[in-house]
Amino acid sequence: MIGRYRGNRQALTALVRETEVHRDVYLDREVFELEMEQLFANTWVYVGHDSQVPRVGDYYATTIGNQPVVMVRDTPDSIKVLHNRCPHKGTRLTGEACGNTGRFFRCPYHAWTFRLDGSLAGVPLKSGYDGTGFADGVAARGMTPVRHVRNYRGFVFGKLNDAGPGFDEFFGESLSSIDNMVDRSPQGRLEVAGGALRYRHACNWKMLVDNLTDTCHPMIAHQSSAGTTVEVWKSAPPGAKKPMAVEIYAPFASPYEFFQGMGIRVWDNGHGHTGVAHSIHSDYSAVPGYFEQMVAAYGEARAKAILGEARHNTVYFPNVTVKGPIQLLRLFKPIAADETLVESWAFRLVGAPDTLLERTVMYNRLVNAPTSVVGHDDLEIYERAQAGLAGSGNEWVNIQRLYSADEAGRRNAVTDGTSEWQMRNQFRAWTKFMTMGL
Amino acid sequence: MSAPPTDRQLIDFVVHEARLLDQQRLDDWLGLFAEDGHYWIPLEPGQTDPRLTTSLMYEDKLLLEIRIERLKGKATYSQSPRSRCHHVLQTPQVDARDDGKAHYVTWTPMHYVESRGDQQTLYAAWVTHHLTTVDGVLRIRLKRVDLINCDAALGSIQLFV
Repeated sequence: MIGRYRGNRQALTALVRETEVHRDVYLDREVFELEMEQLFANTWVYVGHDSQVPRVGDYYATTIGNQPVVMVRDTPDSIKVLHNRCPHKGTRLTGEACGNTGRFFRCPYHAWTFRLDGSLAGVPLKSGYDGTGFADGVAARGMTPVRHVRNYRGFVFGKLNDAGPGFDEFFGESLSSIDNMVDRSPQGRLEVAGGALRYRHACNWKMLVDNLTDTCHPMIAHQSSAGTTVEVWKSAPPGAKKPMAVEIYAPFASPYEFFQGMGIRVWDNGHGHTGVAHSIHSDYSAVPGYFEQMVAAYGEARAKAILGEARHNTVYFPNVTVKGPIQLLRLFKPIAADETLVESWAFRLVGAPDTLLERTVMYNRLVNAPTSVVGHDDLEIYERAQAGLAGSGNEWVNIQRLYSADEAGRRNAVTDGTSEWQMRNQFRAWTKFMTMGL
Repeated sequence: MSAPPTDRQLIDFVVHEARLLDQQRLDDWLGLFAEDGHYWIPLEPGQTDPRLTTSLMYEDKLLLEIRIERLKGKATYSQSPRSRCHHVLQTPQVDARDDGKAHYVTWTPMHYVESRGDQQTLYAAWVTHHLTTVDGVLRIRLKRVDLINCDAALGSIQLFV
C-alpha cells in the first residue's frame, strides 16, 4: 500500500497549521513510523544518566525512538551508546535492563564478542570467514555506535542521524533547566535514585508532551485528587503541621489566576517550560540545613538564585521533561501511534539532606505511579482523546489559546502561563524535524 | 485485657479484609488500619525502604482516606465507568506471633483482578500483613503487597490489591 505521507513533504507540512493540528499526528501509523525515522533521528533524544553506569563495563539498555540501544561506560571517563544488536544475526546483546558486562559484550547465540566501544573482538571458528571478504563488510565493524552522543552534566543524549543541529544549537538556552536541577546539589552532582516507575499509556506519546505545559487542566482533571485532598485536610486538627503529601497534592487545585501568573518560557526547537515566576513547587517547606549547605557551596546570592527558580515542567523536545525543583525526569517512550511507555526517574541531590529525596520519591509515587490518583485522571483524558479523535466530524485539534500571529519569529520569549504557545512551538519543531532532508 | 488473638482469628481477619475490598466497603476497610498504619506496594522485589526508594504505593491513613473520598466523587473521571475488583486468597499462614508485643505477621499469596469497562487485568501477589491489637481489636500496622511483576510496565491500578 502506498502511504500518504512517506516522502511527501507537502502532506506532512499540511498536518500542522498555525493554530490546529490534524488528528493524524496522533492516530496515523505511517506518521508514527516517520516520527521514528525522521523526528527521533534528527533530534537529540535522552538516553540515560551517567550515574546509571558508574563503573567500566556497566551498561543500561534502552531505546531511542523505537531503536534498541545500550549505554555503556567503556572507559572511566567516557560513555558510548551502541545499537543493541549483534552484527551477525541481529540478536539483542543484553538480557537484563542494566548490569555489568565485564570487558566484553558476548552474544548468547554464537559467542561473537565485542569490546565496550562496540568493535568486534572475536568470532569462534573464525577461519570459516577466511577468503570471504568478511573483513570488508559491516559485520566486521561490530556493534554500530550511535554517532552523536553528548553527556551534559550527567544527562546523556544521542542523535542517530548526521542531519539535524549540533547539541548546543539544538538545546540553546533550555539547558538552564538541567543546570538548575544539578546546581541544587551542594556538590553539583545528581545520582539516579533507584528504579524508574514504568506506566503504560494507551495513547500517543505527544498527548503527554502536550499536557506538560497545559495549565488549564489541573483544576479540572485533578479536582478529584487535589480538590479532595484540600477538603480532607480541612478536617485536620487546628495547628496540625501540613504533611508533605498535602503540600504536593494541594497546589494542583490552584485557580486559573495562579497558572496565568506562573508564566511559560518558549525556546527554539520545541523546548520550553512552565513556571517562570512561580509554580506548584514554590511553597514546599524548607528542609533544615539545606540552605546553609547551599550557601556554603555557592555563596548566598547564588544559592538564593538557584533555589529561587521554581520551574514546573521543562519540555526537552521531543520526549523528555524535567522538574528541577523536585528532581524528577519523565521520559515518554513511543511504542506505537496509540501506545506509550512513561518512565519516571527520581534523582538524589548528592550531598543534600535525605528529606529532599524523600519528597522526590513521594512526589514520584503520588503523581507518576500506575497507582497515582493524579495519573489515573490524566490517562483517562488521553485515552478518551485517542478514542474521540477517531470521529471524522472534525479532523483537527485546537491549539489556539492566546495565539499571536507574530509569535513564531520570537526567541526565548516569556508569555502568559495559560498560553498554548509552547504546544504550537512543539509542533513547529515537529514539522521542522519531520521534513528535514525531504 | 482480652485474650490474644488465635491463629484462626488472624486468618479470618485477613480473609475479611479482602472481602471488604471486593464489596468496596472502603470506609469499613480503612477502619481496619491502626492510626499509624500503612499500605505499601514496593517497586522492587525484596525492597526494604519505602521512604528513600520509589514504591508503586506507600500511603498512610490520611492518603488512603483521600483515595477513598476521591472514589466517591462525581468529578473522578477515571472512575466513569467504575472499577471492580476480586481477590482470590490462598489460606493465610501465620509467620510470626508475639503476644507480649501484640505483633503478628501473616503471609497470603493471592490473585487480584481489577476490571473496568471492557478491560480486565490479573495480578499475582504475596501479601504480608503486620497486625497488632488496639483495645483488644485486631488492626493493620502494615499491609505489604509484593506484586510478582512489581518492576514491569503496568497499567493503572485504581483500587486496592
